[in-house]
Amino acid sequence: MKLHEYQSKTIFAKYGVPIPKGRVAATALEARHIAEELGGRVVIKSQVLVGGRGKAGGIKVAKNAAEAEQLAQQILSMEIKGLPVRKILVDEAAAIEKEIYFSITNDRAAKKPVMIASAAGGVDIEEVAATNPEKIIKVHIDPLLGLRDYQARDIAASINLPREYWRDFSKIAEGLWQAYRKTDATLAEINPLVITEDKRLIALDGKMLIDDNAMFRQSDLNEMRDTDEEAPAEIEARKYGLSYIKLDGNIGCMVNGAGLAMTSMDIVKLFNGEPANFLDIGGGAGADKVAAAMRIILSDSNVKAVLFNIFGGITRCDEVARGILVAMDEVKPKVPMVVRLVGTNAEEGRKLLENAKMITAETLADAAQKAVQAAQQN
Amino acid sequence: MSILINKNTRLLVQGITGNEGLFHTTQMVAYGTNVVAGVTPGKGGEWALDGKIPVFDSVKLAKEATDANCSVIFVPARFAPDAMFEAADAGIPLIVCITEGVAVQDMMRVRSYLDHKGVRLIGPNCPGMLTPGESKVGIIPGNIAIPGNIGVVSRSGTLTYEVLYALKLVGMGASTCVGIGGDPINGTNFIDVLEMFEYDADTEKVVLIGEIGGTDEDKAAEYIASKMTKPVVSFIAGQTAPPGKRMGHAGAIIEGGAGTAEGKIKALKAAGVKVAKHPEEIPSLLK
Repeated sequence: MKLHEYQSKTIFAKYGVPIPKGRVAATALEARHIAEELGGRVVIKSQVLVGGRGKAGGIKVAKNAAEAEQLAQQILSMEIKGLPVRKILVDEAAAIEKEIYFSITNDRAAKKPVMIASAAGGVDIEEVAATNPEKIIKVHIDPLLGLRDYQARDIAASINLPREYWRDFSKIAEGLWQAYRKTDATLAEINPLVITEDKRLIALDGKMLIDDNAMFRQSDLNEMRDTDEEAPAEIEARKYGLSYIKLDGNIGCMVNGAGLAMTSMDIVKLFNGEPANFLDIGGGAGADKVAAAMRIILSDSNVKAVLFNIFGGITRCDEVARGILVAMDEVKPKVPMVVRLVGTNAEEGRKLLENAKMITAETLADAAQKAVQAAQQN
Repeated sequence: MSILINKNTRLLVQGITGNEGLFHTTQMVAYGTNVVAGVTPGKGGEWALDGKIPVFDSVKLAKEATDANCSVIFVPARFAPDAMFEAADAGIPLIVCITEGVAVQDMMRVRSYLDHKGVRLIGPNCPGMLTPGESKVGIIPGNIAIPGNIGVVSRSGTLTYEVLYALKLVGMGASTCVGIGGDPINGTNFIDVLEMFEYDADTEKVVLIGEIGGTDEDKAAEYIASKMTKPVVSFIAGQTAPPGKRMGHAGAIIEGGAGTAEGKIKALKAAGVKVAKHPEEIPSLLK
């Protein structure tokens, strides 16, 4: 789950990371009031869950409250990479002396959290990483011990931060670690962390990603989820614990297991078809989950045929078959369906579907070919 | 011979009285796996499977009473980290976690702790292991594979079944099949298993099934090129997957350009690995 900048910064502040004064607004008038409170010079920042907001014109500096209202109006009517701007953050404008990059993320190769810092902060950090990797400092954190003070000092020294800032930087490092740790983040990023002309360290921008698997103990964060920016089918899918990504093709796919789901898409393409979606029903899916998956697939009007590829292990083919029957009864689909059931309780599953007028297939290649053919004829 | 599990495996099931635990214990026993105990806190003293398997309150008690040497975990995701810690503390040397959806920061702590203890973990979010004809630990359907000399290692669950089944259809069998799981942080990686297959007398050829994301396949390619004498055939899932949701700047910095199917296939081919276009093509590449 992605958090907005204003949400991420609120969390950072909670753990002792200094952020600019400011508030979020949904109208230009609100923006004007906030600017008045802050004393005039402010930054208006669009709050959308995509990168490149600045380059798209979604971040502007206003000299006074009147200009803040005008720019807020302009930004609130924008779309950035297809997403309408619904909220803006109005922050006091900082006089920047230096920009630093600072983050924590999961290093899957090392199996540990890694703290990353660079003196070359700002929007071009990825380019720095590609062309001057020696300018990026990485320090792994022992997940059982947490960040140790000397590690924060080492990072400060490695990015040539002047010594008078080390104490404040260490506090920010500890705050960033706590924010990451306590919220089950997979990314907590400050870019840039700035040194202001009046010699303060402030997190000017913030970004957090939260592990969806940890939502059971992060109910506060769940309320921060911005569903405005998600496709309705994807929200519906998450409600049932399904992993669904809509694509542009016309062959709906329902598969158990992410690897097999991707493979089924690969084979559909290998036989010159185009998958309409990625959909993994996960392990051990019951009939209700399968029925929901089928409704979601069929809600896409591009779908001309559906491919069910179920290789039962923890998932039982008879349960899947029951789900298919429930959904067929409810949705009354008009598109042809190709079904392949193998593995746990496959025999029982096939018997249940005997009267359902579905095209059956033996092998994976056979199933994909039949689905591509059915879509072309429909 | 085989790797990791065989007919001497004395298996304990954590979460034996749950729906999934009970269903798959029944399947494992029917396959011939020596399931010696189950653990469900609060149900110690009961028996599972019509009085065949004693249930204990803790892994420690189960281990003391039955000398189990392997544990398979079927508990829900929020309780799985504790189940892994418990098995490790009770002295179980091999833990197999089937559970899907374990929080990633929990897994980093589990992995770090288990590494300190020298305990091997397979998974989580994996189908477990199968040594055909001897032992099945996890959820791989037993009837889709036959004994043979091909070692199979995979990050995927159901995709692994496809491969075992495709091998069986042409009369090829597996020495051992190991599903290492698809989570970003897991217990055992490709290289660990490739090394075991390299030294296993009963394994002649190896199938490696990977997917997009991470760098494990690239590291496997390096290992194959420098250390392996046995032939390896591979399939990488996700060749046509749309570019995934990126993890901000930090993800790009850590993984760089790695993680695509194209890059992995290139690395494997450079290491002399035959890469299949789809899983059902694997048997012909093994011949």
